Amino acid sequence: MAQQVFAYIIHKDGVADDTALELIAAAGKLDPDASVTAVVAGDGSELDSVCNEVAPSFDEVWKIDNPALAYVTAEVLRPLLVRILPKHGIVLVPHDHFGMDLAPGLSIKLDAAYLPDAVDFEGIDNGKLKAVREEYTGQVSTHVLSDISEGAVITVRPGSFKADERKSGEGHVIDKTAQAVESGLPVGARRFLEIIEAEVGDVDITKSDILVSVGRGIEDQDNMEIIFELAEAMGGDVSCSRPVVDAKWLEKSRQVGTSGQTVKPKVYMALGISGAFQHVGGLKGSPFVIAINKNPRAPIFQVADVGIVDDILDLIPEITERINELKSA
Amino acid sequence: MEILVCIKRVPDSSENEIEVNKDGTDIERDDLVYSVNEWDNYAVEEAIQIRDKVGGSVTVVSVGDEEAEEVVRREMAMGADKGILLSDDAFEGSDGKGIAAILTAEVKKGNYDLILTGAQADDGAAQVGGMLAAMLDWPFASLINFIEILDDKKIKVGREIAGGNQEMYEIDLPCVLSIQTGINEPRYVSIRGIRKVASLEIPVHTATDLGISPESVGEAGAKTKCLDYFVPELGDGAQILEGSTDEIIDKLIELLRAKGGIK
Repeated sequence: MAQQVFAYIIHKDGVADDTALELIAAAGKLDPDASVTAVVAGDGSELDSVCNEVAPSFDEVWKIDNPALAYVTAEVLRPLLVRILPKHGIVLVPHDHFGMDLAPGLSIKLDAAYLPDAVDFEGIDNGKLKAVREEYTGQVSTHVLSDISEGAVITVRPGSFKADERKSGEGHVIDKTAQAVESGLPVGARRFLEIIEAEVGDVDITKSDILVSVGRGIEDQDNMEIIFELAEAMGGDVSCSRPVVDAKWLEKSRQVGTSGQTVKPKVYMALGISGAFQHVGGLKGSPFVIAINKNPRAPIFQVADVGIVDDILDLIPEITERINELKSA
Repeated sequence: MEILVCIKRVPDSSENEIEVNKDGTDIERDDLVYSVNEWDNYAVEEAIQIRDKVGGSVTVVSVGDEEAEEVVRREMAMGADKGILLSDDAFEGSDGKGIAAILTAEVKKGNYDLILTGAQADDGAAQVGGMLAAMLDWPFASLINFIEILDDKKIKVGREIAGGNQEMYEIDLPCVLSIQTGINEPRYVSIRGIRKVASLEIPVHTATDLGISPESVGEAGAKTKCLDYFVPELGDGAQILEGSTDEIIDKLIELLRAKGGIK
């Protein structure tokens, strides 16, 4: 029996997120015969432009239109989805900050299986879906088997399926607002106040051609000096991965990743960075990536063009010294 | 304010290279260094700071076998007032929903205003906090990187979203929050601190104590199960530079120059 799949569409400023078309590909891999319905929540004309944008790619588009959804938050949306989604459907949600907020609770309220952060699907057998996940920030993968016979909520890692650009849908937009809000909007136990924009730091790494990026492998704040010395020798700027910001060794504005900055340098040095997908997600424009990490299994070596398996604390000062020698020669 | 923090004992990923065991049934667990999940440690620190400001108590709870007791004790040494271990053979093999159900039963025995979990753990699932909140019908917010206590009925929180931006919310108590790393600077635990809590008793609650029917949790109740572990077929991956250190640096500099990496 073909699966009925629902893809939750994230959007901003009237434009659908890249994950919208990735979820079609994910649904197709899950079940080639699946009917795929986009579910879009929002308000007024921005919502309509998103619906019109994605309609040609989906079999159906369900929209929920309400002023309370002008800025969609998971706690407001979840009960509305529970009202409109059929029992035993498969719901796909991007595994990003919104999906993490929405999806685990949604699976409980729908009494459905939960399968988080899927990166691939390997078929359904007897009501059980075989999927691929990663653990330990991508150092190992696992096959999981999820009983989806009574429905499932699945979060899909952004970027793990190639966007389906074929526009092979039928494009009907169906207004589900009445059903979604018929018994009123949920009482707001969590009330949205505002967005605080990221602070701009002293260096704008989004404009740098050369980034010398440092991660947990630097081990100690006192070692940060060698990174700045290398960046200076190369004529680049220093950026970092999350643990360096968490440790307060660099300001947040220098963090590369989905929760930090999206950068597009020509050359990216990843030093002591394991390469979690949240970090790599901030790297755009196909830079030449050089990774140095003492762990040969670090996922960063899968993204890098060139790798060196070594301790950055030993190697970096030598590289800096050599570059400086060449420059003064 | 009565605060419960849910913690997990995990292999310390900064101390270990994680490999798949011989038959692919698990990761290789010999010689692994374990610690408290990093996100959970930030959650405990945050709970301690809140308690020190507004009063109340911090309880840490972990679902696991007797070895999980060491991380409960460690977080008590950090400053948590109480520890509870939820342990039963029936809990083994639980999926996220099973863990959330076990925690829900424990929460209902207490009188908590605020429950904190780490935003995620070693499996990257980021699921238990949201499920726990849904089971309790309490409000939830994930990826919290700021908490301000407004009064005994409501708090203000910040959520980390894309691009370094932050969503601010007011949220009613009781609620469940999942904590993002970087929200604070977790204190170190001294040897003296560990000694001080070494003899404290940590109560163990079983399925029977919690009124949980064994078949609803553990492997029996799990809808999502791990089949095997494997190392993914690697793509082309990076060209690994080899040779003596001098040779490697020579090659590296040649490449940097060719690609515009030296100005």
